[in-house]
Amino acid sequence: MRLSSSSNEEVTRYSPQTSDNDKRVVVAPATTQTKIKLSIQNVNAWFGKKHAVKGVSLEVKENSVTAFIGPSGCGKTTLLRCINRMHEMTPNAKAEGRVILDGVDVYDKSSDPAMVKRRIGMVFQKPNPFPTMSIHDNVAAGLKLNGIRDKKLINEVVEQSLKGAALWDEVRNDLHMPGMGLSGGQQQRLCLARALAMQPEILLMDEPTSALDPIASSKIEDLVQQLKEHLTIIIVTHNMQQAARVSEQTAFMYLGELIEYNPTRDIFKNPQKELTEKYISGRFG
Amino acid sequence: MTSGSVHINTDIKKKVSSFLVGSNKNRRFGDKLFHGLVFGTAAYTLFIIVIVVFSVGAGSIKIFSQEGFIGFVTGTAWNAVEGRESYGALPYIIGTLMSSGIALLIGVPMSMGVAYFLVEMAPSRVSGPLSFIIELLAAVPSIIYGLWALFVFRFLIKDWIETPLYNTLGSYIPFFNQAPFGLDVFTAGIVLAIMIIPIVSSISRDVMKAVPDSQREAAYSLGATRWETSRMAVFPYGKSGLLGASILGFGRAVGETMLVTLIIGNAIGPSAIPTTLFSQSQTLSSLIANEFNEASSDLQLSALIGLGAVLLIITMIINIGARIMVSRMVKVSPGGRE
Repeated sequence: MRLSSSSNEEVTRYSPQTSDNDKRVVVAPATTQTKIKLSIQNVNAWFGKKHAVKGVSLEVKENSVTAFIGPSGCGKTTLLRCINRMHEMTPNAKAEGRVILDGVDVYDKSSDPAMVKRRIGMVFQKPNPFPTMSIHDNVAAGLKLNGIRDKKLINEVVEQSLKGAALWDEVRNDLHMPGMGLSGGQQQRLCLARALAMQPEILLMDEPTSALDPIASSKIEDLVQQLKEHLTIIIVTHNMQQAARVSEQTAFMYLGELIEYNPTRDIFKNPQKELTEKYISGRFG
Repeated sequence: MTSGSVHINTDIKKKVSSFLVGSNKNRRFGDKLFHGLVFGTAAYTLFIIVIVVFSVGAGSIKIFSQEGFIGFVTGTAWNAVEGRESYGALPYIIGTLMSSGIALLIGVPMSMGVAYFLVEMAPSRVSGPLSFIIELLAAVPSIIYGLWALFVFRFLIKDWIETPLYNTLGSYIPFFNQAPFGLDVFTAGIVLAIMIIPIVSSISRDVMKAVPDSQREAAYSLGATRWETSRMAVFPYGKSGLLGASILGFGRAVGETMLVTLIIGNAIGPSAIPTTLFSQSQTLSSLIANEFNEASSDLQLSALIGLGAVLLIITMIINIGARIMVSRMVKVSPGGRE
């Protein structure tokens, strides 16, 4: 998908490099070779006795979009939630395996689950802005949480993040208004901005458009295309057309197992497994 | 599907139709009756408040015309001797607010802690039984707490809390400078706190439980720890409900009678103004309970009803204040509904 020039400008302004205080090394998108950003190795997950994810391994390239598809209950959301250690926050839930982010296992004993989530942002199925906070405070929530008190910096990041989520023009004069006053699609972009404000390296999106109308959905899809220049995106979706439109790699899951993981083009044009072929042609699921 | 596979029995159709087009009279009557009954029950509440306000007002006219409303509310004397009768409610207003205030200061944080533990920390095999015990405690009649406090607990409070406080702080801070006796405003406040903790924690638990997990996950996803998640997502989301629970507890403490009568020391007149934490005092409701039987003159009776009027006004102010606070919060709050 080609970017329009105006949105290109937004992307440049979003870029984390513009912030002096950001000491993190930012890889310039176009010039570097694609490296493996995330490696999922033999991940298993349970809800109580239910084995929801069964020994899944896959690798995700930096600055790419990876889609997890599959019928309801196939474990794609659970797998996504294992990546940032969100799964284990659910009572009775358990996860095992290795998730290597830049060479370090996020499940290592020395790794702090809260720190993992600061590097791996998440957008949820239903928009969940904090209802008592204004638009500005919603976006700034993560920064304040992590001890950033510099008002000027916070304002800069809020603006940048809202631009990154293509929401700035709609709310620039209403930053003090409650986040719940926005429409569903705007709320979801607000949640995206909230995640972007943390300058995540990876963004997990759990069916981010399933509660939205088609126009709001296509806005989110456009954003995914623009944002991958700066971070690595993994998106869970029910909608196969969406997976085909936005992703480079697609993982098809069924009953907790990874059935096929290939370039999206191949999955949809030339699936290797019969099950994949059946699913994408709509014969089950 | 081949045609004819759905067979309609015309006889049945006729029978059913005869019901559908028949008279609706009986059903409409039932509807009206129901409306009438429900309206009656609603009107009843209005009727009761009018009667209560009227009789309390009528009963206290005498004392208000004698002392003046302001004079009664700010007066400190309580003299029932014929010819020198003089009544003022100030000591008991202070006693009421102070004992309830202590109850709130101790009880609300405790209740929030209990509720927080039950909802956010305890595994279900702990929180289930514990919740049940709290519900049981909430159902214990307050007089039981009162008796227990009178015969057991007040000695513990005196020996373990009041005396050490008096010995260490008494000579520096006037507020602690009174040899403790165990039957005083402080003990009353603590026992009131014990009384309100079960109900306040039980409601607060329901409020925190109602906070959707998506809110917690939003905070977690920003790298919040467990406590930060509560501060960011749980408490703000539930704050109007938590405030409501606290106000309910305060209301209970303000109106509580027998328990307080047993343990507050029942001082009368200017000496009932709690100048220290360990003063004997009196609340509006405990004085009514103490004196109503022996009220010797019409004016004294009217003064007691006047105390009731003041109590009614205080609880109304608290309730209205709470409503205003809650409605202000709800504007920016859950669901975004107006």
